[in-house]
Amino acid sequence: MNRFAVALMLAWPLLAASNDTFLLKNVTVHPVTGPDIANGMILVENGRIAEVGPKVAAKGARVVDGKGLHAYPGMIDSATQVGLAEISSVRETVDTNELGDFNPQLRALVAVNPESEHLPVVRANGITTVMTLPFQAGGGGMRGGASTTLIAGQGALIHLDGWTWEDLEVRRGAAMQLVFPSLETRSFRMESMSMARTPFAEVKAAYEKRLKDLTEFFEEARRYQQAKKGGAPGFQPDLKFEAMLPVLEGKMPVMVLAARERAIRDAIQFADKQKIRIVIAGAREYGKTLADLKAKGIPVVASPTLELPLNEDDPYDSAYTVPAELYKAGVKFAFATFNVQFARNLPYQAATAVAFGLPYQEALKALTVNPAEIWGVSDQIGSIDKGKWADLMLTDGDPLEARTQIKALYIKGKQVELTNRHTKLFEKYMNRP
Amino acid sequence: MKHLCAILFSVAAIAAPPTVIRNATILTITKGVVKNGSIVIRDGKIAEVGENVSVPEGAQVIDAAGQFVMPGMIDAHSHITAESVNEGSVSVSSMVGVDDVLNPEDIALYRALAGGVTTLSIMHGSANAIGGKCIVIKARWGKDAPGIVFEGAMPVIKFALGENPKRSGGTPVAQGGRGRYPATRMGVEDVFREAFTEAKNYQAEWREYNEKIKRGENAIAPHRDLKLEPLVEVLEGKRYVHAHGYRSDEMLMLLKVSDEFGFKIRFFVHGLEGYKIAKELAAHDVGVSTFSDWWSYKVEAYDAIPYNAALLMKKGVLVSLNSDDAELMRHMNQEAAKTVKYGGLTETEALSLVTINPAKQLGVDKQVGSIEAGKDADLVIFDKHPLSNYAKVQKVLIDGTVYFDRDKEQSELSKKDARKKALIDKEKQQQQQESPRRPGAARRPS
Repeated sequence: MNRFAVALMLAWPLLAASNDTFLLKNVTVHPVTGPDIANGMILVENGRIAEVGPKVAAKGARVVDGKGLHAYPGMIDSATQVGLAEISSVRETVDTNELGDFNPQLRALVAVNPESEHLPVVRANGITTVMTLPFQAGGGGMRGGASTTLIAGQGALIHLDGWTWEDLEVRRGAAMQLVFPSLETRSFRMESMSMARTPFAEVKAAYEKRLKDLTEFFEEARRYQQAKKGGAPGFQPDLKFEAMLPVLEGKMPVMVLAARERAIRDAIQFADKQKIRIVIAGAREYGKTLADLKAKGIPVVASPTLELPLNEDDPYDSAYTVPAELYKAGVKFAFATFNVQFARNLPYQAATAVAFGLPYQEALKALTVNPAEIWGVSDQIGSIDKGKWADLMLTDGDPLEARTQIKALYIKGKQVELTNRHTKLFEKYMNRP
Repeated sequence: MKHLCAILFSVAAIAAPPTVIRNATILTITKGVVKNGSIVIRDGKIAEVGENVSVPEGAQVIDAAGQFVMPGMIDAHSHITAESVNEGSVSVSSMVGVDDVLNPEDIALYRALAGGVTTLSIMHGSANAIGGKCIVIKARWGKDAPGIVFEGAMPVIKFALGENPKRSGGTPVAQGGRGRYPATRMGVEDVFREAFTEAKNYQAEWREYNEKIKRGENAIAPHRDLKLEPLVEVLEGKRYVHAHGYRSDEMLMLLKVSDEFGFKIRFFVHGLEGYKIAKELAAHDVGVSTFSDWWSYKVEAYDAIPYNAALLMKKGVLVSLNSDDAELMRHMNQEAAKTVKYGGLTETEALSLVTINPAKQLGVDKQVGSIEAGKDADLVIFDKHPLSNYAKVQKVLIDGTVYFDRDKEQSELSKKDARKKALIDKEKQQQQQESPRRPGAARRPS
């Protein structure tokens, strides 16, 4: 019998006892928000964590033996297109990157395919929640779709288990995605499959024009807001501006994709002027903006750690050290993969950041409680604390190490399958005579 | 002059003092793990490995206490340093070779080195069924193009199946496409059969001619055909075939074509569905060099599974992991670690996927791929076990010379920054002096 079959058999008793009220005992609890509890217990009632501690009364609940495994909160990927994109080269299977510069009315949640093969693949590695986004840089399938946009639409925070996208929802409209104008002079040309360079003066003029367009759109939205409030005569609803209201009211954060220092600085100024809440995402080079981010309490979705240096003459490890720099500067941040096909490797982005200077506990936070706070759902998910959804993974070790196995996974207290397209094909062909 | 250089070079090699790496955990791959061991390096080769070694006098000592040494990693599928990758205008481009377009100053080579990769197979692209000739290199950062070539590696040619070779044919000329044959997997098979039919005829013409000459008869030499010559080398076992393939059906097709014409496929690159035909691959003694877990980026990658490498190994196929990517190549050890999770390989089995196995596939296992006396001293020193995601490369040696040193890299950062600033300032100054630009002033070529 191969090791895989043994692993399945070990997982079986856990899987067989599945409903959303139970007492999990004999686990090392890693709440993330507090100290670890050796040989601890977690009581789950109706999918939520009712109690955590060294000794918890079962109150009649079914008892599940955790067999000495480790319990961590499920991980959160703060930028993906999971559920929206299936096979990246086939446009028909990709629902990111709508046409048009201003699409605040678009809602990622309604286009999420709950049957996507990616959901069970990603969650099998302990990721229970993702932010799925309407725009992917360089994405949208190889043909069609907007390659540039400004306001891409509303990202949705989803659980990776459910029958419909309504089941999956943790928070629709968790963030408005803004693709900040870019000052890149080098760009990849699909037609020639090569890098092309545009003169800086040209790029700068285009950049300023885009910034002006963006400002005008916000100003128009604000006029709409005032007209609506004041009951202006002849007022007519407009879906785009209507969708901007939660942003203008500070209820919905704007996730700003910006790569370099200059764009981050301009984005911060823009946010100040527009009095909106922003989250900087995917930046590669912060420079002096770190102090501003810290002072203004602007959080960050870190660009993937396992990425090439931005510039040819950057140190080889420049992408590896960014999370440690964010931490040292006191900026709150979360990890993300910005991707579908590598989304399951989220914990390894964190591991490399630890190897290059980020304290381990901070890495765990940036996978769990930090994103929960950034997206305004820390009362729901992100740690093993009373009142939150029981999004739990049971592991045989440190989840940031690739060699560690995820033995069981719970989403809203319900045990979910760890099998997926990959395990099924493996089993099928392992047994080929 | 050539001889003189060779003599000077060998004198320099002999004159270099021996090196000893001490107090390390040595992951030899082929001969177990040596705890608290030492490696003696002489003339660029591993001279001795063990707990107790005889340290030569005057040896340069690298203290690796608490650290791990493994063989330099080998990436059997890369395109770094290649200034161009695809000669995609024709379906058979065996006359071109990547060795003509190597750029040893590509920063990716240094980044590979910093990730512990010392040997790479630089491949032609996959735009055509029969692609160009490939070249195996070592990451000898700082050397010129001939200086990075792996001496003694087997010549290689790239073949390609499936979506990529048929893509160019997908759009007819009338609709703005290239309209290049083939546009289907059927056509891809035909390209191989046509080309090898031609190559066999060509081989026979030369054979006939050579026999006549041998017999002392008068004969006119056939026209030399640079396209068919590499294919004859394939038929004669003098050139390896590395075939890009995704789906099991297309790989099986090429196995059958190779049976028909009597040549060998050395290994499939990608081979993402290799696990479906492990039996046939093992029976043909054909290897697979695959990704750890990359999938779903195109239709033929939709059945890719992270268990591919482990399953193939368990079913007796020689398998390695590769990157095909300038970022992925920087953490091949982490890619190997995933096979412990997906399929339950042992630590040595996992590490063999990025060391001795690709060495065998590239035909350089006599020189590299494990830590054994007599092999090239291509070594990586990690601060932790290389299968840990927290492990960092500390030093990389190629032929016994330290090519990467993290401490040195760190300590020189400020110096490099200062130098960069000075260069930028100088350029700004020059620009100020030059402007307004004098008519006819020399401009740099762009």
